[in-house]
Amino acid sequence: MSAQPPAPSPAPAAPKTNHIGLPKADYEGAKSTLCLGCGHDVITKQIINALYEMGLEPHKVAKFSGIGCSSKTPAYFLNRAWGFNGVHGRMPSTATGALVANPTLHGIGVSGDGDTASIGIGQFVHVVRRNLPLVYIIEDNGVYGLTKGQFSATADIGAKQKGGAVNDFIPIDCCSLAIELGGTFVARSFSGDMKQLQLILEAAIAHKGTAIIDVISPCVTFNDHEGSTKSYKYSKEHDTPVHEVGFVPFFEETLAEIPAGDSKEVAFPDGSVLKFRGVGRDYDPTDKEKALKTIHESHGKQEILTGILYVDPSKPTFSELLGATGESLTSLPLEKVRPGREALEEIMESLR
Amino acid sequence: MSSVLTETTSRAGASSEVVANDFSLQVATANGSGSQTANSVLMRSIFRMGVPVSGKNLFPSNIQGLPTWFTIRANKDGYIARKRDLDVLVCMNPETADDDVREARAGAFVVYEKKLGLENPGRKRDDLTYYAVPFSELVVKITSAPEHAKLRKLIVNMVYVGVVADLMGIDLEETEKAIAKQLKGKPKAIDLNITAARLGLDYAKANFPSKIPFRVERMNATQGKIIIEGNAAAALGCVFGGATVCAWYPITPSSSLCESFIDFCDDLRIDPVTKKKNVTIIQAEDEIASIGIVLGAAWAGARSFTSTSGPGISLMSEFIGLGYYAEIPAVIFDIQRVGPSTGLPTRTMQGDILLCYFNSHGDTKHPVLFPASPEECFTMAQEAFDLAEQLQCPIFVLSDLDLGMNTWMSDAFPYPTSPLKRGKVLDADAIAKLKGGWGRYKDVDGDGIPYRTLPGTPNAYAAYFTRGSGHDEKAQYTEKPQDWVNNVNRIARKFDTARTMVPKPEIQDPFHAPAGILAYGTSHYGSTEARDKLAKDFGVQLDYCRLRALPINAEAADWMRRHDRIYVVEQNRDAQLVTILRDEFPELATRFVPVKQYNGLPLDATTVIEGVLGDRDQQKQKRTA
Ligand SMILES: Cc1ncc(C[n+]2csc(CCOP(=O)(O)OP(=O)(O)O)c2C)c(N)n1
Ligand code: SF4
Ligand SMILES: [Mg+2]
Repeated sequence: MSAQPPAPSPAPAAPKTNHIGLPKADYEGAKSTLCLGCGHDVITKQIINALYEMGLEPHKVAKFSGIGCSSKTPAYFLNRAWGFNGVHGRMPSTATGALVANPTLHGIGVSGDGDTASIGIGQFVHVVRRNLPLVYIIEDNGVYGLTKGQFSATADIGAKQKGGAVNDFIPIDCCSLAIELGGTFVARSFSGDMKQLQLILEAAIAHKGTAIIDVISPCVTFNDHEGSTKSYKYSKEHDTPVHEVGFVPFFEETLAEIPAGDSKEVAFPDGSVLKFRGVGRDYDPTDKEKALKTIHESHGKQEILTGILYVDPSKPTFSELLGATGESLTSLPLEKVRPGREALEEIMESLR
Repeated sequence: MSSVLTETTSRAGASSEVVANDFSLQVATANGSGSQTANSVLMRSIFRMGVPVSGKNLFPSNIQGLPTWFTIRANKDGYIARKRDLDVLVCMNPETADDDVREARAGAFVVYEKKLGLENPGRKRDDLTYYAVPFSELVVKITSAPEHAKLRKLIVNMVYVGVVADLMGIDLEETEKAIAKQLKGKPKAIDLNITAARLGLDYAKANFPSKIPFRVERMNATQGKIIIEGNAAAALGCVFGGATVCAWYPITPSSSLCESFIDFCDDLRIDPVTKKKNVTIIQAEDEIASIGIVLGAAWAGARSFTSTSGPGISLMSEFIGLGYYAEIPAVIFDIQRVGPSTGLPTRTMQGDILLCYFNSHGDTKHPVLFPASPEECFTMAQEAFDLAEQLQCPIFVLSDLDLGMNTWMSDAFPYPTSPLKRGKVLDADAIAKLKGGWGRYKDVDGDGIPYRTLPGTPNAYAAYFTRGSGHDEKAQYTEKPQDWVNNVNRIARKFDTARTMVPKPEIQDPFHAPAGILAYGTSHYGSTEARDKLAKDFGVQLDYCRLRALPINAEAADWMRRHDRIYVVEQNRDAQLVTILRDEFPELATRFVPVKQYNGLPLDATTVIEGVLGDRDQQKQKRTA
């Protein structure tokens, strides 16, 4: 897009800007109304940082969410982007509609564990299958925050509610589920690990299909207590990163050097390259079976495995599978959408 | 029931009297036996002889085995409603043959598979005329080749077409042309089917010197006309109406709309340069996702639609309320059927008027269009997109199984001449001129319709945040009571604007009578036929108003005020439209007399005649009491 959005207020000294010349302020949103200390707000901050660093043009970003504390957060970043806060559990469908209608938009979806793993599990499953170009962030606290602390489907067995009730049901692991479903980018992070989260977000933005990021995001109001398995304390103690992620976005100005070493590199079609340097050096994020096995093992060890768990950048995206032109379908000229008189006449003749 | 209502009073009952181009013929087969092609050929043969004709398929919710009936009505005066009484029966299905014959009217003619033994002692009715044809033996003659053996079940259907052609005077040449059309591009199949039709014709010629007195005679009433199902017509309307996103989930009787859209788009929406599609069609995981996709796409600025039936509308309801409050254009086709669950999903009904008009939670109401013919499916589909984008709201198009899936004779569709009306959309330049003064939900023009921008518009002030209930004029979050009241009141104003924009009713007031019939959608056919008969045979003159949309506009309201007894014909138990009329016009409430049919079958004229005469009897009794 050639037209640059005018800066909101002319600054006397040139402020620090990103590579498309926009200040950080242009990536911020309205003031959060979440509880002080909520993990979701930390994620919002990293989304702002990632979008700023990646230099996405705000007007080309569309934000989608369902319902929940987590789903409120798109209002708290990137004011200058379009936002669609839809209905509970259905973020993937509104995102799908908007992004097939206008594939030139960058889609950022924010959902909760209730929004995704309970009411919205069907739409989650199908958006992953389709590989829609969308960054899909699950702000995962194991509870329904907005309706005051009921268990969600990601709550661990034995987790305790504030009132003392114990969860008896096996949790749904959105990451292993996504991998099973053919997900092409599956990551887990922790809202408290800001550096890792930002890098994963940047990698997700560069990914061309659906990027699922399950971010453990403690609910300080209903979960941060003894017995909860999604509290800060628990998460900090049980978080084992699979590898350090070095992400080097490819921009025309900055051709990055990729350091050599015994690491696994995955090239992305947009030119960017992901580099995985793992604590576990043998971790191969392109090996589906291993990824699932490692996740399962971490469950056994009661660890939360974080990092980019699986990637497959080779799989075609939904847009490619649809055989669409790739241009926006929203404002095509009449002659492209209304066939000519002869076409109608021909059809009429065939019906006589 | 009073005996005056027998449909056949003035008609041929005895085999001597010849009736030209006025009969109802029913073919009974088993679902999955492949009779569809034969039935279409039979119908098209009559159509090609210039005789107005309609075809209705009564089919089970099953793929193979359960009974299916196909009814063809030919009528020189152009009446194409379902008729209660049948004149000619073709009985091919052993499962239903006894019932079919038992229910036949006295004087009817029965062509049947000889093996069924319908004339055996104890079974034969002596008020019917029978034609026994050894179909299964005949067909072996032309399918003796081993590669044809498995085609027998299929081909036997074309044999009855030949028999009927001879017995009723259908020109076999037209039948052959109809076969060629139906099986275009399959020369071997064409040959075999023509042979089968000739076989039937020759058999009847040689064995039945006395023919059926219901005759097909050439006339010239179908020139230039087409035969099409309502769903295919609506799909064409979406193509020519500029729809670029479609999301759907299969459900009878709606699936063929989106499937036709897919087929048409494969031809008509391929970019000549890139050979890629300038349309996106998604078979979603359910109806909730379908409508979510449609709203997302429409929010982004695409003309988008879905098609479903009642159960799907139920699932979509939450999203439709969001569409109403977030003011997002969407076109939703509801091809109504009997619901819920299993049983009669393949039967017709006008059962979703209230479900759609008031769909979703909170204060909601939506424009609803009522197409009554394939041509209107075509034109109203286009109007629906214009209205949705102009009014920024979901628009329902309420068709039904009868209209959507049955074959109708129609005028050829007119090529649309007006541009797409895309409503109040501001581009980057317009936003720049407004210098931040734009408010997504501001009523600038006093018609309740705000201005919107489309995602991607390159201006820093163009973007806004969309949510359901809590927003002020500038789309900022608010829970203030007055902001909410202002917003819902503006949306109510918008609905009044809609009242002036939706399609106007069709009004026929030749009698300037004190009473009239009001109908909508497919209730039109039985109603207008009844109205003519009431005038001709019973001296009851009625005016007519066909409602083409909700909310009720001034023209329809005036018509209702002019008539002090209004027979409202609909195909549901609860008189759903009457509920709306009584609510919106309480001062007229006692004028509305519901006339209803809700047995899953398309409306017949007799039902309407009975309803009207019954009410008049009652009124008379009241006056004399
Ligand atoms: C159809 C529907 N059912 C129920 C609700 C009530 N509801 C609002 S948010 C929510 C749960 C949100 O949980 P989650 O997605 O985990 O978000 P969190 O608040 O924990 O971030 C529920 C059940 C709703 N809004 N809509
Ligand atoms: S209730 Fe929990 S999830 Fe919701 S804002 Fe408060 S801390 Fe965050
Ligand atoms: Mg939650």
